[in-house]
Amino acid sequence: MSTLLDTHPLEKILENPQKDFHSVRAMGKDAFLKQGLPSAKAEEYKFTNLTKKLSQNFDSFEIAADFELTEEQVNHAIFEGFDGYRLVFANGYFHDGLSSKIEGLTISKLEESSLPLGSIAKAEKDPFAALNQASFEGGAQIALAKNTQIDKPILILNFINPSNGNLIQPRIWFETGDFGEATFIEQQIQLEAGDYFLNEVKEIKGGRNSHIHWYRIQNEGKDAISMSNIETDIQQDATFTSVNISLSGHMVRNNLSLNLLGSNSEGNMYGLYLTNGNTHVDNHTNVDHTIPHAESNELYKGVLTDNSRGVFNGKIFVRQDAQKTNAFQQNNNILLSENATVNTKPQLEIWADDVKCSHGCTTGQLDEEALFYLQARGIGKDKAKGLLLYAFAGEVLENIKDDSFKAYCINLIQERLGTNLS
Amino acid sequence: MLSIKNLHASIEGNEILRGIDLEVKAGEVHAIMGPNGSGKSTLASVLAGREEYEVTEGEVVFKGENLLELAPEERAREGVFLAFQYPVEIPGVSSTNFLRTAVNQVREHRGLEPLDAVKFLTMMKEKMKLVEIDQKLLSRALNEGFSGGEKKRNEIFQMAMLEPTLSILDETDSGLDIDALKIVSNGVNQLKSKDNATIVVTHYQRLLDYIVPDFVHVLYKGKIVKSGTKELALELEEKGYDWIKEEIGQAAV
Ligand SMILES: Nc1ncnc2c1ncn2[C@@H]1O[C@H](COP(=O)(O)OP(=O)(O)OP(=O)(O)O)[C@@H](O)[C@H]1O
Ligand SMILES: [Mg+2]
Repeated sequence: MSTLLDTHPLEKILENPQKDFHSVRAMGKDAFLKQGLPSAKAEEYKFTNLTKKLSQNFDSFEIAADFELTEEQVNHAIFEGFDGYRLVFANGYFHDGLSSKIEGLTISKLEESSLPLGSIAKAEKDPFAALNQASFEGGAQIALAKNTQIDKPILILNFINPSNGNLIQPRIWFETGDFGEATFIEQQIQLEAGDYFLNEVKEIKGGRNSHIHWYRIQNEGKDAISMSNIETDIQQDATFTSVNISLSGHMVRNNLSLNLLGSNSEGNMYGLYLTNGNTHVDNHTNVDHTIPHAESNELYKGVLTDNSRGVFNGKIFVRQDAQKTNAFQQNNNILLSENATVNTKPQLEIWADDVKCSHGCTTGQLDEEALFYLQARGIGKDKAKGLLLYAFAGEVLENIKDDSFKAYCINLIQERLGTNLS
Repeated sequence: MLSIKNLHASIEGNEILRGIDLEVKAGEVHAIMGPNGSGKSTLASVLAGREEYEVTEGEVVFKGENLLELAPEERAREGVFLAFQYPVEIPGVSSTNFLRTAVNQVREHRGLEPLDAVKFLTMMKEKMKLVEIDQKLLSRALNEGFSGGEKKRNEIFQMAMLEPTLSILDETDSGLDIDALKIVSNGVNQLKSKDNATIVVTHYQRLLDYIVPDFVHVLYKGKIVKSGTKELALELEEKGYDWIKEEIGQAAV
């Protein structure tokens, strides 16, 4: 980034002085400058050239500002059948007035906190996480009190309005006390048309014997370029379950990392990507088994058509001390068109000897025999395809424990696949 | 009802059916026998519309329509039913949802109202009795983990639900014990009427004690080389196929 001409528009963001607090930003900036934006050859981004995509689509970036939201807009955005609490954000800024008051849950602005931001999702591991840390605005700390079980799911709605700035960088720090239990559902709602780059960071810290479900649905506009870094520390006897459903977007990259830090902890990662058009979805997951007697399960499935592209990279790291680890990983893909592609790569690094570890990935077409069987019973070809694809996807959806959200996802997926059974 | 004339079909360039002629009238039961690999399942698949097979010559007319022009699902809706020799396991697709979708698509084609959940269940219960199939089986994914016999029974159950006019049973008896064979045959017989017809493909004469055929055909190397009445099946059971092969050999000389 020596001359003005080859400066990537994202890098210019950091040329302006940033508000500093607890040196968090300074550390983020350092980490960003050290890594630079990933080049075309960068191993971690070789199938997902975000750097290029961003410089092609944007001349300049402006950090998104907060904006006013109405109760009506919020109510309108909440999916049908949802029964639970809501936390409302606008371009990543928390809106207290529009959010539910939830007993046992405290929410405060990140700027007012003295949290060790970046200690879970480390800036030096990913340049986009570093960029967020160096330049995010707004954001929230969500703290769940010890022994508190939130009885209903919590919907985190982030409204996006690119006319208030095209670089939107939500950041959340979520922390539970011991025995805390909660289910979160995350969704982005784009209010006005316009290009933007969404660059999220979530740091999640579960207490002992805490149980957290973290669901995300990515069904924002087909032009969305979105990047997320979600990392979680899982303590003894705790579980963390992530379900990530990607249905649209232009280029979507999700980094999800689980750190199993206490014995008898469990981390689950489930994902489904249903892509068409030119959508590109990349899921990079990472699970780090640091201690004995922990378990991780992972299942990602993709159905890709048109010119869409899927990337799956699943890293399982079992450290030398992590004996008696159980780690399972699966990635299965169905390609429905000749131009759809998938790059899938399991990456296992196992240093302990007494572990149960399995992984597998498949990429294929729809089962012709099964298709013929259904057709031979009078079911039209498109409907038969839909039934088979829906069955394929169902294995991931099963892991959504909230009925209203599950129904919402099923509806969206059936609509896409044209399989409404009634 | 069904008229097959000089039917030739091949797969991946290999000709499997080499000129089949067969007439099936309403109310009739035809048995097709023949050694392994002679083309029995191929014939069944071609009639059901499997796209992998290429029909290179001949015609098939079903209820006055050119069957070969129809997509597999259209054939099914018109009343063709194939009980598969190897029914496919389809994980994740519930048996009940599948059947309801199928029944309602077929009904729609026949100009009938779709069945609601209650009516559908009533119909299911009634037809389940026919083949003595266990409800538990139907609450599972389609054929997934079913035993061989359970799969065959499920085929006949589906046949009962779809009420076809032409049923083609491809070795539905293979692998069944005698009790299951009786139940399945009984189901088939109860579904028989003067308006529909059945083609049973089998290796075993024993099935034909229960489903009594009007005609027995021997398929050999892609052709029907001999036709007769049920006595022909008995003769085959006793003497095997060699004498037929010899007959053909002599005829060719
Ligand atoms: N994809 C294929 N390519 C080439 N030959 C094939 C293919 N599929 C089937 N065949 C051949 O077609 C012939 C007829 O097979 P078919 O399954 O119709 O026989 P069948 O009479 O039903 O035998 P069986 O009694 O064992 O069920 C066999 O020789 C088989 O090997
Ligand atoms: Mg066969």
